Amino acid sequence: MTKEEALFKYILRIADTNLILGHRLSEWIGHAPMMEEELALGNVALDLIGQANSLLQYAAKVEEKNKTEDDLAYLRNEREFYNTLLSEQPNRDFGFTIVRQLLNDAFNIHFLEELTKSSDATLAGLAAKAHKEALYHFRHSSAWTERLGDGTEESKNKVQNALNELWRFTDELFEMNEVDEILLKEKIAVDLKAIKPKFEKTINEILQRTTLNKPEKAFMQRGSRDGKHTEHLGFLLAEMQHLHRAIPDVTW
Amino acid sequence: MVISHSKEEIFKILSEIPDPEIPVINILELGVLRDVKLNGEEVIVDITPTYSGCPAMKMIQDDIIAKLKENGMEKIKVNMVYSPAWTTDWITEEAKEKLRKYGIAPPEKSTSDKNVLLGGKKICPRCGSENTEIVSQFGSTACKALYKCLDCKEPFDYFKCH
Repeated sequence: MTKEEALFKYILRIADTNLILGHRLSEWIGHAPMMEEELALGNVALDLIGQANSLLQYAAKVEEKNKTEDDLAYLRNEREFYNTLLSEQPNRDFGFTIVRQLLNDAFNIHFLEELTKSSDATLAGLAAKAHKEALYHFRHSSAWTERLGDGTEESKNKVQNALNELWRFTDELFEMNEVDEILLKEKIAVDLKAIKPKFEKTINEILQRTTLNKPEKAFMQRGSRDGKHTEHLGFLLAEMQHLHRAIPDVTW
Repeated sequence: MVISHSKEEIFKILSEIPDPEIPVINILELGVLRDVKLNGEEVIVDITPTYSGCPAMKMIQDDIIAKLKENGMEKIKVNMVYSPAWTTDWITEEAKEKLRKYGIAPPEKSTSDKNVLLGGKKICPRCGSENTEIVSQFGSTACKALYKCLDCKEPFDYFKCH
């Protein structure tokens, strides 16, 4: 694998996670439990899709195949997506969505902080902006985790069950492969091994403020680094890509 | 054809373009317009995005091209620069005052301080009271949060520190 191929895959990993998670959150529009959350979830979705847009533009430039960000978003198939398994999990109830966001945000605040130091100036610049947005998102998801985790018996159960169910997707966030190896040498990529203890500390701090328990055992799932996904991604892509594929080159 | 406008004149022309969402401030005051370069017949305009997903950026790009064409320039390129990343510290003091008069509490300074970024007391743009509280961390656009004043009872937008 050349350095350019590795960089392309690395950018896709970050961009795809943002794009898919942003699309998931957009599914809440019109269904949120209250007006403020309608705005909040839509705003977070907008930030994530915006970040994905800039990253995919950069990926297209690195790939040098004369593609646009839209080609990459709408014309790739499931096995060519590298978003985390966590990001593609369905919204379910509000508590489930909040826990999914919390795990993603807790990873992002530490990951993006390190990425601002990347020797790749474009990635570092995009990370600097995204990091500020991630801090803001984390504030939202952590505040709701505390509120629901210390709320009623029902809200607590829902959030605890969500945590138990989603925990199996957390190991994969830190998985490194040949892509990381090549880019670590160039000081472009982030050493994910160093991020893991920070992530765990952040999650522990949040959970300690609630009566929620960190899941002890989970059968860790993996696959997204190789383009292997849970069954949910295909359905999401079918909806997200439908219009663009049905009417090629459609514009607003 | 060589461009008959100087760099300074082009800056002046572009500073007439208002922010599409907050029309009281222009794109120069907002800190979005970074640089203008002249390359023979071509005008190259550097802009930087505010919030990653801000839909106004596309409109600002279109407005720049339209404005320069109006002024007789034909070859125009708008470049998006990401580094250094835009911060609300780049909004000029005059523009912050304009925001306040428009009813939007301007962002606080120094974005490296996480406490300022995430919390802190907001001053009501209408009555100047510090006795305010957050209604929603997210507002009508990517750049704003919703607050209310506990003294004059008016709700107001706060331009998020970024």
